[in-house]
Amino acid sequence: MRAGIERQLALLDFTVASLARRKARNLGLLAVFALLVFLLASVTLFTRALRQEAAAVLAGTPEVILQRMVAGRHELVPPGYRERLGRIRGVQKVEGRLWGYYFDPVIRANYTFMVTDPAPRDGTIAIGPALARLRGLAEGGTLAFRSYAGELRAFRVAAVLPQPTELASADLVLVSEKDFRAFFAYPEGCFTDLAFSVANPQEARTVAAKLVRDLPDARAILREDSLRAYASLFDWREGLVLAMLAGALLAFGILAWDKASGLSAEERREIGILKAIGWETGDILRMKAWEGVLLCLTAFLLGYVAAYAHVFHGGAGLLEPVLKGWAVLYPRFALTPVLDGLDLLTLLLLTCVPYTAAVLVPTWRAATTDPDSVMRS
Amino acid sequence: MILQPAVLTLLLISALGVAVLLAAAPFALQVIRRWDLASGSELQLRLERRTYLFSTLVAFVMALQLAGILLFVLNADRMAVQFPGAMCAVGTLNAGRFGFGALLGQVALFFLAGMWLTLNHADSLGRDYPLVRIKYALMVGLLLPAAAAVLALQWTYFSGLRAQTLTSCCGSLFAEGAGGLPGDLAALPPGPVRAAFFGCLALAVAAAWFLRRRGGYLTGLASAAAFAATLAGITSFLSLYVYEHPHHHCPFCMLKAEFHHVGYALYVPLFLATAAGLGTAALQPFRRVPTLSAFVPALSVRLSRVAAAGFLLVLLVALGILWRSHLILS
Amino acid sequence: MIALSGLRKAFNPGRPNEFWALDGIDLVIEAGKITAFRGPSGSGKTTLLTLVGCLARPTAGRVTFKGEVVSSLPERFLTDLRRRSFGFVFQQFHLVRGLSALQNVMLPAAPTGRPRREVRDRAVGLLEQLRMGARREERVEFLSAGEQQRVAIARALVNDPEVLIADEPTANLDSVLSRQFVGLLEELNAGGRTVIFSSHDPLVVESGAVHRVVGLRDGRLEP
Repeated sequence: MRAGIERQLALLDFTVASLARRKARNLGLLAVFALLVFLLASVTLFTRALRQEAAAVLAGTPEVILQRMVAGRHELVPPGYRERLGRIRGVQKVEGRLWGYYFDPVIRANYTFMVTDPAPRDGTIAIGPALARLRGLAEGGTLAFRSYAGELRAFRVAAVLPQPTELASADLVLVSEKDFRAFFAYPEGCFTDLAFSVANPQEARTVAAKLVRDLPDARAILREDSLRAYASLFDWREGLVLAMLAGALLAFGILAWDKASGLSAEERREIGILKAIGWETGDILRMKAWEGVLLCLTAFLLGYVAAYAHVFHGGAGLLEPVLKGWAVLYPRFALTPVLDGLDLLTLLLLTCVPYTAAVLVPTWRAATTDPDSVMRS
Repeated sequence: MILQPAVLTLLLISALGVAVLLAAAPFALQVIRRWDLASGSELQLRLERRTYLFSTLVAFVMALQLAGILLFVLNADRMAVQFPGAMCAVGTLNAGRFGFGALLGQVALFFLAGMWLTLNHADSLGRDYPLVRIKYALMVGLLLPAAAAVLALQWTYFSGLRAQTLTSCCGSLFAEGAGGLPGDLAALPPGPVRAAFFGCLALAVAAAWFLRRRGGYLTGLASAAAFAATLAGITSFLSLYVYEHPHHHCPFCMLKAEFHHVGYALYVPLFLATAAGLGTAALQPFRRVPTLSAFVPALSVRLSRVAAAGFLLVLLVALGILWRSHLILS
Repeated sequence: MIALSGLRKAFNPGRPNEFWALDGIDLVIEAGKITAFRGPSGSGKTTLLTLVGCLARPTAGRVTFKGEVVSSLPERFLTDLRRRSFGFVFQQFHLVRGLSALQNVMLPAAPTGRPRREVRDRAVGLLEQLRMGARREERVEFLSAGEQQRVAIARALVNDPEVLIADEPTANLDSVLSRQFVGLLEELNAGGRTVIFSSHDPLVVESGAVHRVVGLRDGRLEP
């Protein structure tokens, strides 16, 4: 046991010395390896953070949302609906929600108008951070919209919404109920949809099913379903990007194979010497294994740290368009850093396994150099 | 098919394992046919060099399997959010036809590779490499098909997965009266299962410790029994104490942070101990091979110690869980 | 100590460039003596040394070392035997460039699992004994030929082998250094080591230190 450890340490000593001696050669491979880890890690870190963000946003949304449908399209909820809903067992805290979209021709973007509780005072609005950025507005500024009746209405900006949930709030405009109804000429007593919670969250699906039976013209949307939809959306995008990066992975494998099989004459000679003076094929393989471990860990650490900085401090500039963007109003993220065990393990395997597989055979070939080769040269 | 990094990685590593063994197969067959240690011919020297490659390859495959099992379970847990009704790994595994099959296949392959490596190590101690033919016959005849089967199971499982599939999770799957193996496990009467759990573990510790010099078969048998009994015990009653909930029979949830990852403290020693116990059994048929007779006992003793220590640790962790738990079952 | 019987070694057997480097050697090498293989280049001296030193396996014939047949041992055991029992000094010295003299001397001990501190002490002791103590941290490519050879000798001795094998040890040395080398061999031999070397340098082969000279020509022993 003791001897085994001593042997490994001695081999490790030699490995470190050898790596240091061939800096230039190893640095090239290390750089490519680290770059690959960087790309893959950026993708996974970014999607993991987005997912977290979406979950955080959804955590604040109501458990079930009820929409009324007319001919398959989302319609206003008429007065009286809310009371019928309240009578169903298990339904709690029914709330009528008011929201809608507004197209701003100035910056060609859609805003989401919404009435919240508590709402800004009449005549004032609170706006999302992205909108504030694009229109150059701060607290106290004035913003005018052309209402659905055709006249121009000016609102004073009472607040700019805080950053943390920017994914959801980027394009928000919060207004009071009175302003909302007046601006959109929204019929009194009607709501955009109804939100409610369920006494026992496990029963949400059952209650929703019952509700749709009682109110055949309604559609219920569960928070759980949205969560799932988001998750699969992100998973799918992440998978797509990674599939594209599979080409890079393959190229890296080929590079590693090439590097390992194209050992320099110097290195071959060295292995020959080691074998002649009493190293065994197994010892060379162990030494090479240490070399691989050191290389993999260094590259992984470098790549991962760089990716972490890129995603959480650099705003993931390289990936944003692929993984996030769909609107003019880009949420500018300060993503909450997330480290995830599964992602780490996946990434470690995804990069180190192909490397190992690629160098196995060439390494073995080099390790089985005949011990008497140095005497014959 | 759900395209996801962890799934892609799992398929990649399984495929690599199969590819590696498949590529080695023709050479292994050549070793079986042409091995002649007395000869100094080029061919023999070439074959000897190859043996190093094969040992490395199988060790690689085994390491991959170990990482694969962990990844498989962690990933299943994570994917649960995509299947209505799934709350943890069980739901995900249950969402496709071969979820549990793939997991069991991976576990089996891990143990097979472990036994092979034990034989391989013993063989490398004998000056005439006495097990070389058997070893490679096992590699081509057993490890390769097993690895291929695992890949096929994984592929069928993952390609059959559809998001939104309604599934049932640990709550219903491991519920008493749910039927099927998991349901039966949960429905087992806690008294006898508890007795079997502690009995088998104690027996395995005892067998591994007291029979360490000559009882390889018994140790192996006791290890396999202890492995099965531990899994049954975890599902049937230990889980209840971990979750402090009278109906939560899940063997996977305890790997999560909410339960302080206590599952690892059970599963890691369990897997190691079982692999070591099975390893001693694998050595037994060859203890009388002349060039090995000097080494097999020492190797057996070492493996038995690992097995005894591992099972003892499982036992202690289980007792610790029972002791610390606030659950009181009448 | 080492007995060779019916030893043959072929390179590229069965191919058009097949070449028998050794063709039937029967020889017994005694323990505690200095034995020299003499012959023109291409006569098979080096190949014979590789077989005697367990660096390679013969194509046919038997090698026994202290009564045990070693010619059919697999590499793993042959290497184990070699690193315990044989030390090698090569014609080109074959030191590992980029490492210090001390690191080079410690290399053969790495796979043995001996504690590194102990190995280091032994290596330092050997270098001092060979008057290389002051230069032990120097990288080997900056050493002179004579110094390199002394490092190579220290490296050969670090595992305390019974047999020292040297291939054309004086081919890269001038006559002064060659004479010094012979003196060194005598010292080592006086300490009880068996020394086997190949050379075609009359200065060394015909010096009084050598106990037995074995002549080789075209892969056979000279009568």
